[in-house]
Amino acid sequence: MITRALLTDDRTGKWFLAIVLGLAVVVPLLHLAVPPSSPFHISTATLALLGKYLCFALLALSLDLVWGYCGILSLGHGAFFALGGYAMGMYLMRQIGTRGVYAHPVLPDFMVFLNWKELPWYWYGFENAWFAFLMVMAVPGLLAFVFGWFAFRSRVTGVYLSIITQALTYALMLAFFRNDMGFGGNNGLTDFKDILGFPVQANATRAALFAASAVALALGYLVARAIVASRLGKVLVSIRDAESRTRFLGYRVEHYKTFVFTVSAIMAGIAGALYVPQVGIINPSEFTPANSIEVVIWVAVGGRGTLAGAALGAVLVNFAKTTFTTGFLAPYWLFMLGALFVLVTIWLPKGILGTLYDFWARRRPAEKSAAKSETVPQPAE
Amino acid sequence: MTTLVPTDAPAPLTPSLLYLDGVTVSFDGFRALNELSLQIAPGEMRAIIGPNGAGKTTMMDVITGKTRPDTGEVLFDRGVDLTRLDEAAIANLGIGRKFQKPTVFESHTVEDNILLALKGDRRARHVLMARTSAEEARRLEEILEIAGLSAQRERLAGLLSHGQKQWLEIGMLLAQDPKLLLVDEPVAGMTDAETEATAALLKRISAADHSVVVVEHDMAFVRALGVKVTCLHEGSVLAEGAIDTVSENPRVIEVYLGR
Ligand SMILES: Nc1ncnc2c1ncn2[C@@H]1O[C@H](COP(=O)(O)OP(=O)(O)OP(=O)(O)O)[C@@H](O)[C@H]1O
Ligand SMILES: [Mg+2]
Repeated sequence: MITRALLTDDRTGKWFLAIVLGLAVVVPLLHLAVPPSSPFHISTATLALLGKYLCFALLALSLDLVWGYCGILSLGHGAFFALGGYAMGMYLMRQIGTRGVYAHPVLPDFMVFLNWKELPWYWYGFENAWFAFLMVMAVPGLLAFVFGWFAFRSRVTGVYLSIITQALTYALMLAFFRNDMGFGGNNGLTDFKDILGFPVQANATRAALFAASAVALALGYLVARAIVASRLGKVLVSIRDAESRTRFLGYRVEHYKTFVFTVSAIMAGIAGALYVPQVGIINPSEFTPANSIEVVIWVAVGGRGTLAGAALGAVLVNFAKTTFTTGFLAPYWLFMLGALFVLVTIWLPKGILGTLYDFWARRRPAEKSAAKSETVPQPAE
Repeated sequence: MTTLVPTDAPAPLTPSLLYLDGVTVSFDGFRALNELSLQIAPGEMRAIIGPNGAGKTTMMDVITGKTRPDTGEVLFDRGVDLTRLDEAAIANLGIGRKFQKPTVFESHTVEDNILLALKGDRRARHVLMARTSAEEARRLEEILEIAGLSAQRERLAGLLSHGQKQWLEIGMLLAQDPKLLLVDEPVAGMTDAETEATAALLKRISAADHSVVVVEHDMAFVRALGVKVTCLHEGSVLAEGAIDTVSENPRVIEVYLGR
């Protein structure tokens, strides 16, 4: 099997997949089958929280694919996440039907409120789950493709590229805040009822959404791993380390970058789509530039260019965020996050997993394969 | 202005593989290349010498598409206009380049560096699915052998010594199997023995019907190559011909050799 061939050289990957898929089974079981009186029971709130972490892990993985392996420091990945989320939100809105406050059979509440008479054309088709799920991937993918095509063809790199990705998410945020855009303005999309015919709030649905997030993360890992382990993945690393050298070997760098950027945006979109039904809302604040910057911190903490590390970083940082933003330390969270980033950059430049790989490589120099693919000198950018 | 001395140079009627005519490149008004004209015949090896800042590297930049000339013609292989193509397209036409400062992919193994350089389909969709073929594996072995890096194949290129990196880069050039090799200061930082071996290797490559343009300051090395020499100065050709003729040229001695 391809999966097996992929993982023969990837010990971390085996562990990662085992854990993620294990969670996909165990967590829903602990939620549904274990009575609330038991200490092993997982509450609805915890389940939703864990599901959210997995979506963030997939988002971090997608960023690591472009940043860690191709040196594209995107500060706008939150935009692709949010677009996937909006596509899912539109589907969920269309499922409400007459159960809305205004009980309009077609128009979502906010459109009735704005006195709109008919559905805007870009909402067509979103009542259909397959169409909506396709859009979850197509919208972020297409935006990334067009954006990448122009940016990479014009050879925008480094800081300049980071800045325009940041501008991209900022522009989208402003656009989505506008009521006349038809996406619910600053309230966004919420009050969801059903997904695929099941009530979104039901325990079983929540458990299924959690399992789906875990499976999506596992699949995202396999896709990313297949890419970085291929010869194309080696070209990506070459571009990261010596872009013009790669061109002089005859590789059309802009095509490679556009490809990986698009794949990554699609992954981010899927993460956003799974996130929305679990948190119950999508609004323009998801496009906030700071969100995209946070994703970079997750990846840096977990280990840039390690895939599994990015996912780990997302979970750890968000766990810390949940812990610290609820107590008396809440006002200081952003300072802590900033400090964390600075400390990691100084003391753990390779992140948690990168540092562990180095440690193992030093302890067991005989095992070359791990050292070969994983402890690579990484350029600072 | 060009002093064409009859040497072992190819017959004048041979169509040239590379043809530069009246090429000018200015950086903020400063002419790095000034009406440069040069022709390289198929299978020819040419050594380029000249003082620092003469425009040797800039010439290679122009040929490989890194720098667009302000004026002038750059034609390759029966009239392909290189000034209209980008770096990747030019590389795929069969022009390979070794940089003045060795540039290898430091976080790849020696083996992967060569594998990525091997001639082949460079389109992303093909490269995504590419598996190392038996033919590629054979070429890889051969090149590792020639570059003397067989024992280092699994090491990260970033861990190689300076000389080894130079050789790896030459190996990558071989892997590309280009029609024209542009080699910028290949022996800088090499020991005498390594320098000799490099000269021998370049001669072998050109004997195998590749055209080679070598830029080098090391006159002993240039002499060892034993080929036609072009001396550049202030962006144009100062003298051209056999090494002995060029090195006796009073202008060449004045601006370059006699320093
Ligand atoms: N991108 C650039 N911008 C401005 N000036 C440049 C640029 N590239 C080269 N030059 C200038 O053009 C002139 C020719 O440089 P070039 O590198 O071609 O010289 P060279 O003959 O290769 O010298 P060396 O023997 O030192 O390698 C130099 O004066 C250099 O400073
Ligand atoms: Mg030079």
